[in-house]
This record gives sequence, C-alpha cells and structure tokens, in this order.
Amino acid sequence: MTQLTLGPILFHWPAQQKIDFYARIADEAAIDTVYLGEVICSKRSPFFDKHYAEVTERLERGGKTVVFASLAEVMLKRERNMMAGFCEETDHMIEVNDTSGLWHLSGRPHMIGPLMNVYNEDTMAYLASKGATRFCLPPELPGTSVVVMCEHAKTLGVSIEVQVFGRSSLALSARCYHARAHGRIKDNCQFVCEEDPDGMPLDTLTGQRFLAINGIQTLSHTYLNLLPELSSLKAMGVSHFRLVPHTQDMVAVAQIYRDTLDAKTTADEAESKLAGLDIPAPFANGFWHGKAGHLRVQ
Amino acid sequence: MTSPELVCPAGTPAALRTAVDAGADAVYCGFQNATNARNFPGLNFTVPELERSVVYAHAHGTKVLLAMNTYPPAGKITLWKDAIDTGIRLGVDAFIVADIGVAHYIATNYPDARLHLSVQAAASNPESIRYYCQEFGVKRVVLPRILTVPEIRSLAAEVPCEIETFIFGNHGLMVEGRCSLTNYISGLSTNLDGVCSPAAQVEYIRDAAGNVSTQLGEFTIDCFGCSETAGYPTICKGRYTTPAHDDGYYAFEEPISLNLSPLLPELIDAGVHALKIEGRQRSKAYVKKVVSAFRKAVDDISSGQKAQLADLLALTEGQKETQGAFKSKTWR
Repeated sequence: MTQLTLGPILFHWPAQQKIDFYARIADEAAIDTVYLGEVICSKRSPFFDKHYAEVTERLERGGKTVVFASLAEVMLKRERNMMAGFCEETDHMIEVNDTSGLWHLSGRPHMIGPLMNVYNEDTMAYLASKGATRFCLPPELPGTSVVVMCEHAKTLGVSIEVQVFGRSSLALSARCYHARAHGRIKDNCQFVCEEDPDGMPLDTLTGQRFLAINGIQTLSHTYLNLLPELSSLKAMGVSHFRLVPHTQDMVAVAQIYRDTLDAKTTADEAESKLAGLDIPAPFANGFWHGKAGHLRVQ
Repeated sequence: MTSPELVCPAGTPAALRTAVDAGADAVYCGFQNATNARNFPGLNFTVPELERSVVYAHAHGTKVLLAMNTYPPAGKITLWKDAIDTGIRLGVDAFIVADIGVAHYIATNYPDARLHLSVQAAASNPESIRYYCQEFGVKRVVLPRILTVPEIRSLAAEVPCEIETFIFGNHGLMVEGRCSLTNYISGLSTNLDGVCSPAAQVEYIRDAAGNVSTQLGEFTIDCFGCSETAGYPTICKGRYTTPAHDDGYYAFEEPISLNLSPLLPELIDAGVHALKIEGRQRSKAYVKKVVSAFRKAVDDISSGQKAQLADLLALTEGQKETQGAFKSKTWR
C-alpha cells in the first residue's frame, strides 16, 4: 500500500497559518503521514512549540500518523539541547536530519530524513542495523540509484520514501541569506524570512529565475513534480511519497497525487490539474533522470 | 605548546613533492575518479603515481592522507571499495571519509587503518563527532568552516578525537557535503561525483562593449564591466537579484578566500591538532609559497615567538580575504 506523506513546513509561516493549515490537512487531505517540526532554523522554534500537542492531536484525530522531524543543522549549545530533548520523545517516531540525532537514537526505531546523506545501500544497511526503519532519500539521488536502494530495502525490511512535489532543498549554510539580503545577520534577523512563505526569489543578473532562499537553506526555483514517474517509483518499491508543503492548495495537490497513485487518473490528466493550481514556477524532474535538477525531462 | 600538524594539498605528484619539500607534516590527495571531492580534469593520482608519492613522502617523514570523501551512489560503491583496498596496499597513513558505508567498510575490513572524518561529513557538534568516533573509530575530525574559535575550543574539550581546521584557501559558503547547487545546474554532483562548478560547462561571454558575463550551464552567475576581472563562476560567489536588491548583489558571499593566519595562535591554543591548507587545484608555485609561509609561522608560534607571516593576500581569490565564521558569529 502506497502512503502519501506531507513533509515538514520548511518556511517560516506564522503560527496561526500553520495551525489552520494542519487543521485543513487533518480534515480534508488524502495524506497518511504528516512530519511536524522546525527543520531549518532553531530561532523559529519558540513560535510554534506550544502548538505541537494540539496540532498533533488534531492530525491524529483526522487519521494521520504524526512523525517529528528534527533540526537539520546543530551547532550551538541551545540547538544541541533542543536535539537531545527532542530525541527523548517516545510517543512518536522521529525523523533525523542531522547526525547528532543518530548519537541520541541509535538502537531505537527512528527514520532518516532527506537532509541526511544516505546515498547508498551500505550506508542504509548500517543505519538500519541501528534502528532506522524508513529512509527519505536525498533529492539529488537519481532513479538508477533509487532502484538499487529499493531492492536492498526489501531485504533489510525498511521502507523508502521519495519527495515527489515541491521545491527541492539544494543547500544548507551556517549563514542566513534572508538576513543578509536585508543587511542583517542571523542573530539580528528580525525573522524577515516570514515575508517569503515559499522562499525568497533569487534571479540571475540576466533575469533568469534561479533559486529560492529560506534562511540558511537554498532551494530550487522549480517545483519538483514526479507525477509522470509515480508508476515506475511504485513498481520499483518506493512506498512513501512526500509532498513538500507550499502555500498553494496542498489538499488539492494531495488529491492529485493520491488519484495518480491509485490509477484513478492518468498522469497526463493529473499533470494538467496540477498546472491549474497556480504553481508559481516551472516543474522539474532532472535529478530523477540523472540530469541537471532544474530540467524537466519528458 | 604542542606543535600542530600542517596538512597540505597535493593535487598532483609534483605538488606533493613540493609540499613535502616545503615542510608539510602531512599531504592529502586523491585518485583520478569520483572517490574524492576534487575530481577535476588534470588533477589527482594514478595508482603508480600514488605508490611512488607515498614512498617519497615517507622517506621525508611526511604522512599521506587519502581523500575518499565523496558519497558513493547506490550501485557504484565498488569503485570506492577498490580505491580503499589500493590505499591500504600502498600504505597511506589515513583515509579521509565522509560516507557512513565507506567508513564502515574500512572499520570492518581494515580495523588498524586510521580514519579521519572529512569536512564533507558536516559534523558540526560534539554528538555527531562522538557518533563517528564510537561507530567507526574515527581518530580525527575536519571541522566545517562554520564555527567560531571559542566554539572550536569548547568543542575540542568534548570530543574524543583530534581536531583539524582549515586555515587558508578557497572558502565555500554552503556547509560542505550539504550542497547540490552544482548538480541542479550541471547534472554533476559535488557529493556523488566530486565536482563543483565544472569547467566543461563554464562560458565567458563578452559583449560588443567588452562586458563579460560568466555562465555555468544555462545560468548567468555574474556579469563584469570591461574594467573588472571576470571571476570563475562558482555558484555561491555569484551576483543575483532579489526584490530587496534589484541591482544585483552577492547573495551568498563575495569571491573571497579564507586566511586565518592572524588567528593561528588562538586556534592552536584552542586545541586544534592539525591545520589544513586548501588548494589541490592550485599550482606548484602556490603550494610552495603557502606551505613554506605556514611552516615558518607554525614553528615560530610553537617555539613561543611571534609569527611573521609573509603577505599571503596576493595568493587569495580576488585578492580578498576573510576569517569567515572563525573570527565572529556575526559572519552568519
């Protein structure tokens, strides 16, 4: 049975916007698993910490499984403490996005997020032997390698997840590029990243749409769309299909992907429905085909 | 004060001999394939070249560290395992690794081999570092270039292994091992193929007025007026526009090099065991000048004297230098 998942919200949305978003997901979306947590910036965490219990309950009442996703970059004492405390959670599975999570969780069941560098079967096997049960693969891993990962995952008894919609995470830095764009530094950012709920556009000097900035993270301008590839992903053994949350209608996006996975619609029909949702960028799937990530390979 | 190890780049056999002669305590190098993160045309070592180079280095008391610091994609890990087997046969002194599967292969098959954790593993906190030490017996970690000296000092007290930091050279802005910008543009990956801004996809386009735009693949990375020198189009050093900067700005960083020479005494005092010079892609003349200068500086500091560093600014990228995150967290 294929599962549709909703990745963590990568951008800095106001707390009320997140609460409303998850309420609608809980009530209406054809999504099986929701990943909750601040992955990108530890400074943003306090804004939502007090709402997790309520949002988790709401999602679970809506029949969703909730997984907590960890911070992706752990440097400061405060972040180390956050990570340690986070890993004490026992009621929910944790998705690890920084190696420090492995230190805390080895020997206990956990999941591996797409910001961990798990590119091959040997690394997957090692982590599986220490308790990892699901691997969301890095965005740049080509299909030719995903198929190998799927074969080994079957032997190891673990599951494979692949992002199929939304901007692709391309890089992490210690520097906050949102703050830099506004002449500030990370410690004095004034949360300017809140102005760009799908990322801050970065264009080339010749006017080409290029990248999207989200604090310390750089993402693609293009939106990953693997609708045409879904049936082959399914055939090779990918069991979990991740949507990255954006401000576009994610309930509609989820339904399009669900219907395509269930073969209730053709990939072509699904594609034209998705195109009708005012996605503010071209679609791409280059990484999957072993080509430049910004390309759309037909 | 214990003298730290000076770890120097060797992109070619000739550069290796130059670094050894100039006083390197250790050199780092890689094979001519995707197993190392400087997989550039014309660089790196064939097996016979490495064999002769190890003999030369060892005869002069210099260690050879083999960079095995990319991430094998599923289905291709044999290339990495073969390279490791070869490195063992040639007697290299340590392997610099990033991938957990690669580290596990070495720890299992060659338990006596020495492992260094590459900067590409992005281990930026004591728990991550302890994980690699505990699981694979890592003896040294190369720290990401994102920590301040006080942070390094406090980290050094909390980890059970040696610490190596970069002190000079090219200064990438993304966390090493966590950047696929090059792959997004070019279809070649820094983590998987060891490639950053591949020269084969670089173009310098000059207009009638003499202005130059630098391109990587289909994208413009920067534009230069006729009085400016066009720099190499590295994505994180390019100029772009955003609503707050519609005239173009260095969104990530200017073309700038890391030069920590003013911070050397502090770094050594903070407990850093090894100082790394970047630049496997640089010339023999560069290696000679930089290694000699830092050799003298480290020796002076270790013997309690004030270091008189020759002016290394001329060798830096765009003749601009920075102390990056090391000096102050305001860099972030």
